[in-house]
Amino acid sequence: MIDPRHRLKDHFRESRLVSNRLIFAGLLSLVLFGIIIFRLVMLQIVEFEHFDSLSNRNRVDIEPLPPQRGLIYDRNGVLLAENIPTFSLELIPEKVQNLDETIAELAELLSLTAEDIDAFNERRKRHRAFEEIVVRNQLTQKEVALFSVNRHRFPGVDVVGRLIRHYPQGPLFAHAVGYVGRINQQETQVIDRQNYKGTLQIGKTGVEKQYEDLLHGTVGYRQVETNVQGRTVRELFSEPATAGQDLYLHLDINLQQAAAEALGDYNGSVVVLDTKNGGVLALVSKPDYNPNSFVNGISVKEYAELRDSIDQPLFNRALRGHYPPGSTFKPFVALAGLELNVVTQQSRTYCPGFYSLPGNTHRYRCWKRVGHGHVDLKSAMAESCDVYFYDLAHAIGIDRLHGFLDLFGFGHQTGVDIPGESKGLSPSREWKRNQRNQAWYPGETLISGIGQGFNQMTPIQLAHATATLGMMGTVYTPQLVRATKTDNDEGMQLLGVQQADSLPIQKSSHWQSVIESMVEVVHGKRGTARHIGTDLPFQFAGKTGTAQVFGIAQDAKYDAELLAKKLHDHALFVAFAPAVDPEIAIAVVVENGGSGSATAAPIARKLIDVYFGIETDEPVTQ
Amino acid sequence: MSQLRNEVRQSPRAMSGLLQDRRRVPGFQWRSGLHRAHMDGFLILGILTLLLFSSVVLYSSGGEDVGLLLRQGVRMAIAITVMIILAQIHPDRFKDVAFWIYAVGLLMLIAVLLFGTIGKGAQRWLDLGFFRFQPSEIMKLAVPLVVAVYLADRPLPPSFVRMFFALVMIAVPALLIAKQPDLGTALLIASSGLIVVFLSGVSWRLIMSFLTLAAAAAPVLWYLMHDYQRRRVMTLFNPESDPLGAGYHIIQSKIAIGSGGLQGRGWLQGTQSHLEFLPERSTDFIFAVIAEEFGLIGLTLLITVYLLITARGLYIAAQAQLSYMKLLAGSIAITFLVYVFVNVGMVTGLLPVVGVPLPLISYGGTSMVTLLAGFGILMSIHTHRRMMSP
Repeated sequence: MIDPRHRLKDHFRESRLVSNRLIFAGLLSLVLFGIIIFRLVMLQIVEFEHFDSLSNRNRVDIEPLPPQRGLIYDRNGVLLAENIPTFSLELIPEKVQNLDETIAELAELLSLTAEDIDAFNERRKRHRAFEEIVVRNQLTQKEVALFSVNRHRFPGVDVVGRLIRHYPQGPLFAHAVGYVGRINQQETQVIDRQNYKGTLQIGKTGVEKQYEDLLHGTVGYRQVETNVQGRTVRELFSEPATAGQDLYLHLDINLQQAAAEALGDYNGSVVVLDTKNGGVLALVSKPDYNPNSFVNGISVKEYAELRDSIDQPLFNRALRGHYPPGSTFKPFVALAGLELNVVTQQSRTYCPGFYSLPGNTHRYRCWKRVGHGHVDLKSAMAESCDVYFYDLAHAIGIDRLHGFLDLFGFGHQTGVDIPGESKGLSPSREWKRNQRNQAWYPGETLISGIGQGFNQMTPIQLAHATATLGMMGTVYTPQLVRATKTDNDEGMQLLGVQQADSLPIQKSSHWQSVIESMVEVVHGKRGTARHIGTDLPFQFAGKTGTAQVFGIAQDAKYDAELLAKKLHDHALFVAFAPAVDPEIAIAVVVENGGSGSATAAPIARKLIDVYFGIETDEPVTQ
Repeated sequence: MSQLRNEVRQSPRAMSGLLQDRRRVPGFQWRSGLHRAHMDGFLILGILTLLLFSSVVLYSSGGEDVGLLLRQGVRMAIAITVMIILAQIHPDRFKDVAFWIYAVGLLMLIAVLLFGTIGKGAQRWLDLGFFRFQPSEIMKLAVPLVVAVYLADRPLPPSFVRMFFALVMIAVPALLIAKQPDLGTALLIASSGLIVVFLSGVSWRLIMSFLTLAAAAAPVLWYLMHDYQRRRVMTLFNPESDPLGAGYHIIQSKIAIGSGGLQGRGWLQGTQSHLEFLPERSTDFIFAVIAEEFGLIGLTLLITVYLLITARGLYIAAQAQLSYMKLLAGSIAITFLVYVFVNVGMVTGLLPVVGVPLPLISYGGTSMVTLLAGFGILMSIHTHRRMMSP
């Protein structure tokens, strides 16, 4: 044979070679398609009877088995969210011969109201014809029995037992735990549809929403044989669902209850944090609402009432309420002054009852008209002297003040593990230029120094900043969930504590000075909160605040009496206890409560009593 | 007969004489007109039959959705346009750009792995801002083209070294596509290239040793597969093991096919598909819908159309003048049938579920454009042949 490279191209030979191969490939194809035809004959002729019966009389159906939603406990093991059985009447449109007639007969049998039928028709639009649709929820035992007797008349309709969410504590934890509700259109776009087959509800707010993935669990299924009417004949195979994880919260029902009671009829919010790990021990926002109303779909009327109430019960004040911090702001300004070497602990200022900027006659008043005389840090804090802080804020300047307060998270979300948190507002020159297109005036620095003006804080921000102060700069991200527990293993899985930061403060004596001055507020002879500092085995640190309400956002159609109440000052109090090596930090905001010393401080003291009066070790495991 | 053919090939004038004779026969007039337009009447007839049948079936499987039909109609129009345009181009132009197309295709495959967008869990798409496409589709034609041009450049059968390089040219894009992961397309592209190698006349001894080697490599392939691909292969042998996943497809499609019987339930009468028991019923599993509604008779007719189209393709390959044309045309024709075989084998439970649409019937535009582009090249090869000397 000649070397191929030197061989000449022989078209005829090549052509025959390729043609032979083409013929071979053609024959091979015929053989392969012979196999296919043989296979089709097997399926369609030989096994026809078998498959025909499978397709006609009995259908293999796959039913999802929804998982049981994880339970939620407080730190003592008290149930905050559970699942209770309920019966609902469900219908699969595809399997119903005459839908209108069936509904009419059902309405007669179970006395369905026009509202029920409207709601059903509404739901029908959102489901496909082969999916079950709820006709009526929460059937009574009597109704279940009544339908069971007449079941043969209604092919495609059935009573289905389900577990639905129930909140045994009612409104108490509404703003912290949140609630579940029906899965809506937008949510169906986001969820893993496979995993939510058979699931009707999804977390809407609070812990229920944030931890939806853990709480929901994994869907199971069973393969069943159904008859022509769509009823299950027998079960062929089943794979059980995996229940969602149980959640153990930091929340303490005793503190929560005490806080809610102490607020009484006032609107407002109380947040208690565990200073050692950021755990949220209490999170109250008043007024509240009953989360159980939302579980099965709230009625339009009830929802309108909640939505339109001037007290806004659905509004989570703890996370979203914007309040001027008032004098509770002063400890942070004081720390800024020390850290930036503007003042020392001993520096003294004279308070004649007002303060004027150099070269300006405008008088910025102290709350005490006659003045405090000579004050140092300790007495200024104890008596909440405004002039001392006007002077201090002026000396620091807004730029440095804003930068320093940034460290404490003012104007930032705390990162608490429930959705919807607001950032509050920590004003700066830049902010004012961008937002209002105005220059910053020196006078605004002064009123910023006493927590008025543009400053806006949420109660959880206040509690968070106070905890950071008490821990001398160790920042923990607030966290509601303490541990998770799966169904099958016996132990709890503790969630990691999130230490966000450690603040860069030069001298620990700066912390000491501010904390000492805050102890003076509660335990000093002239302290604004001295009335709550008695009969305690330890000392604690606090600061009162009274924030002016400049106006109300709502339009002026309310009657005068209501308006008058709305114009009362907000009462605030922050504290951490004990003063040395603190365990808890508290922020109390009482809307239109009058003075912080009279209204807010006693609430904080009560919480300290409850917390330290009870042995709280590890949460009880079930 | 073969002598006559050779004479015709030797002398273009004799060829045109033959054409003259044909024109005199009534009824051949239109064919010559189509020829001048570089179309092949036989293929056109087969393709239009399939597309028309596709519309009939999609109307049923899509729940009598006219909008769906219109969308598919637009895709058909685009695909036919692509076919007509490619048929106008002289085959030598394809030969000229073969390596460039292949190189660009390879680069795009690498780009897909680096910055491709992900759909249905696999990274197959390249987003060019204004539109997205799958570079693997280009490779479906580029691989057989480049291998055919490369092998036909020297006398056939190829030397061992050239065959080895041809196999490398096939393996590189196939592995890149398998990595996306799109095992079905990777196997189809590999087979389209291997068909060229087979047609080029490599010795049977080499083919046999290669097959033995492949059998030995099967465990390695198993090791390289993704979990979901292994699961699909596993469920082929034991569908009940995964009834919510791949096994469900096969269980339901077998019921649908089996219940069709000899004559089928009739158009729009299929219960399994209409009650939504059958998944992907307009795309990969449309064969089961046809089986249920048109029965064994309908399927046999459909398969006959496929076989006739392929036979015409093989005829065109045998008639082609130059070796690279033969190889390319043969590969296009046989690959078309391989697509059918893989899809039907999958739906009837003979082959693993790899997600290959039924050619020219399934809903979707990507594979249709590629297939008709292939037929465009076939027609180009067939209709340009008479204008050049051997």
